Amino acid sequence: MVDTTVQAAEAARGERRAHRLGWFYIGLGLFVALVFASTVTGEGDSSFGMVLARDRFADFEIGLGSLRLLPSLVVPAALTNFLIAAVMGFLGARLLTKKALKPSNLTLALVIGLFLFAFLTWAAAGQSFNLASMLRQSVLRSAPLTFGALAGVLSERVAVINIAIEGMLLGGAFTGVIVGSLYGAWPGVLAAIITGGLLAWVLAVLSIKYKVDQIISGVVINIFVLGLTSFLSVQILTQNADLNNSPRIGAWNVPFLSDIPFFGTILFKQNLFVYIMFGLVAVTTYALFFTRWGLRTRAVGEHPKAADTLGVDVYRIRYIGVILGGLVAGFGGAFFTIGQVGRFDENMTGGRGYIALAAMIFGRWHPVGAMSAALVFGFSDAIANKLGILNTPIPSEFLAMAPYIATLIVVAGVVGKSRPPAADGIPYEKQ
Amino acid sequence: MSDKDSKETTDRKPSTMDEITGVGTSWGRAMLVPVLALFTALVCGALIIAVSDLDLLSLWKSDPGLAASGTWSKISGAYAAMFRGAFGDLQGWSETLTLAAPLILAGLSVAVGFKAGLFNIGAEGQMVIGGLTAVIIGFSFDLPAIIHVPLSILGGFVGGFIWGAIPGLLRAKTGAHEVITTIMLNFVALNLLTYLLKSSAIQQPGRDDARSKLIQESARLPRLLSFMDDPRLRVHLGILIALVAAGVVYWMLFKTTLGFEIRAVGANPDASRYAGMNVLWLYVAAMGIAGGLAGLAGVNPTLGLQYRATPGFSAAIGFDAIALALLGRSHPLGVVFAGILFGALRSGGQEMQAATGISIDLVLVVGALIVIFIAAPALIRSIYRVKTDDVSVSITKGIA
Repeated sequence: MVDTTVQAAEAARGERRAHRLGWFYIGLGLFVALVFASTVTGEGDSSFGMVLARDRFADFEIGLGSLRLLPSLVVPAALTNFLIAAVMGFLGARLLTKKALKPSNLTLALVIGLFLFAFLTWAAAGQSFNLASMLRQSVLRSAPLTFGALAGVLSERVAVINIAIEGMLLGGAFTGVIVGSLYGAWPGVLAAIITGGLLAWVLAVLSIKYKVDQIISGVVINIFVLGLTSFLSVQILTQNADLNNSPRIGAWNVPFLSDIPFFGTILFKQNLFVYIMFGLVAVTTYALFFTRWGLRTRAVGEHPKAADTLGVDVYRIRYIGVILGGLVAGFGGAFFTIGQVGRFDENMTGGRGYIALAAMIFGRWHPVGAMSAALVFGFSDAIANKLGILNTPIPSEFLAMAPYIATLIVVAGVVGKSRPPAADGIPYEKQ
Repeated sequence: MSDKDSKETTDRKPSTMDEITGVGTSWGRAMLVPVLALFTALVCGALIIAVSDLDLLSLWKSDPGLAASGTWSKISGAYAAMFRGAFGDLQGWSETLTLAAPLILAGLSVAVGFKAGLFNIGAEGQMVIGGLTAVIIGFSFDLPAIIHVPLSILGGFVGGFIWGAIPGLLRAKTGAHEVITTIMLNFVALNLLTYLLKSSAIQQPGRDDARSKLIQESARLPRLLSFMDDPRLRVHLGILIALVAAGVVYWMLFKTTLGFEIRAVGANPDASRYAGMNVLWLYVAAMGIAGGLAGLAGVNPTLGLQYRATPGFSAAIGFDAIALALLGRSHPLGVVFAGILFGALRSGGQEMQAATGISIDLVLVVGALIVIFIAAPALIRSIYRVKTDDVSVSITKGIA
């Protein structure tokens, strides 16, 4: 009896979501048709560079008439966008009409991807710009966000809210550059990882042992790290420039794979941190969902009392989750200094820890979801930098806002609800 | 909060409200943790000063005596300069009160949120929107000061109110957690500010960088000590606005039906709903008022000091406000004292940086440490082996 009502409620909620998503797709399709397709004027071919100038197949050509694929993808802008709008409308109508259809995340990702492509086609109409280079930048910029979001996932799966990602990134960046300058890049990375772990340990002690409100401890850690790194960077780094000059860990081309046109450029001509990002996402997903530790971790996050009753050490699992997250975030922090510029500047993470938090929510507390969200946010970051070239009417500030507004929409439940682990934020009191 | 500890001090289990406000405890007990927290944070700050001087550090090996005296003189010099800058003379007091005003207002904003059981991390964004609205009114109209000043201030309040009411509405309508929505709205507000400051309607003509037009002289907050004819005495109407706001917030929270309902929702939203209160409206009202107060905080640097809006005018006051509200235990009077303390830290920090070259960022660290010790009284208990009331705050229950 109870089961059937629960199932009915579940089904009703699923149907509501399907309806809302259906209308959302149709709305997006209309937007693409009315704005992106209709306002394209004149000579409306959009040309996307698909290879970098230094790529092996840079002068290779594939194409049919005016449609060309290599070395640039040339498409008629208005027609392409009308087609995209039609596909979106079809997907939306399908959700609205077919009763039993469950909205899939794959379709959602497809629609978001199509929307972004429609935007680019519109922005690049009558011009050319290098798609490969921009996507490569997107992946690169999403790396620190992914590490931060993974830290959030690991910590919140054991029900400890982690607002302190920003502080962990910044702390890792700072110690990374100092130890890196003294002992070399890899010891620097190690120091960054340890710093992240230490900060996470503080967060864990405050929220698990002392049961301090987790958001307060997180915010405080952020202020503390921002203050301390800025203070030390003024007091120490300005006078000792040799302490602020770390060797870098830069790009590494995967042999053979990096020669694949377009995809090789985007995925396999990357910074080492990017490869580690993909590896870490895979490992975390496997560990969380296919191992005994992962099952316990998720149980502790959803229903700590039940886990405790079955003999799981709730506190231990929580400490492990939070500190593992800290180690990952510290590594992500090293990306800012050792992975990129090799020097530390005050507040150089600039709120990316909060975007990582948004990516975690957007990705529904799942490693792969978090990475996908981080990729979208990295994309909006990269495009904001390229907008000047395309002279579109959209100010770059609005693109910088996009991740935050997207998160607002998601947490408000407009596009499907993103549900945190049930015990998130609640200290566990052993009885 | 463990039951055992609270039973030792009071007979009944204190509610969350009591723990935040310190209701039902004696003054001495209520003050013990904040005072010890401040002291401990200053000691930690001294340690940080000591280890951040590499020359002194290397001296410890060769000549510990000299190193010890050098470290001591450095620390005492820094704190002496800090005290001098905060309370040493009239200018110190003036600066302390000038900087305290927005802190008090933003702290009140967070405190009102706490009372309603909401965690307003968005004071920063609400400050930005409020301050910007005030500036726009400040340069757009040409009115006599007696109308223009109050109108601009009101504009600041309304701007903040609207920006604050959005997360309240989202929380009430969709259950979206205000911590996430206010953080996101902070960034939206900051980006919006940079964009608007460069738009032709607002940007100062002839400039490429992001800064607004100057406000009319009639919209400037009058300086309180202008009769002394010393441009360094910057204290302006803002501190009076802050004090009046604290009084009004006290009255609103404890003497009106609205305040009672806000506190009731904070203590137990379900019970309030069953008692027939309109929880949706109360969330919107509480967050709106909180946002309005933060908007008034944004009025301070814009109408009172810079006479225009610049990208960084909110100066992270919205984040210090969280510390303030905790330190003042979300009570308007407590927030006023906490605000003056933080204003003193900031104004003393300026003097410390000028006199001794030690970066003012130390103040951020000290502020963060104060909050850690206040939010985790068990830490203070174990350091000093004293019995304190448990004031740990637990107001947030899960995100989203």
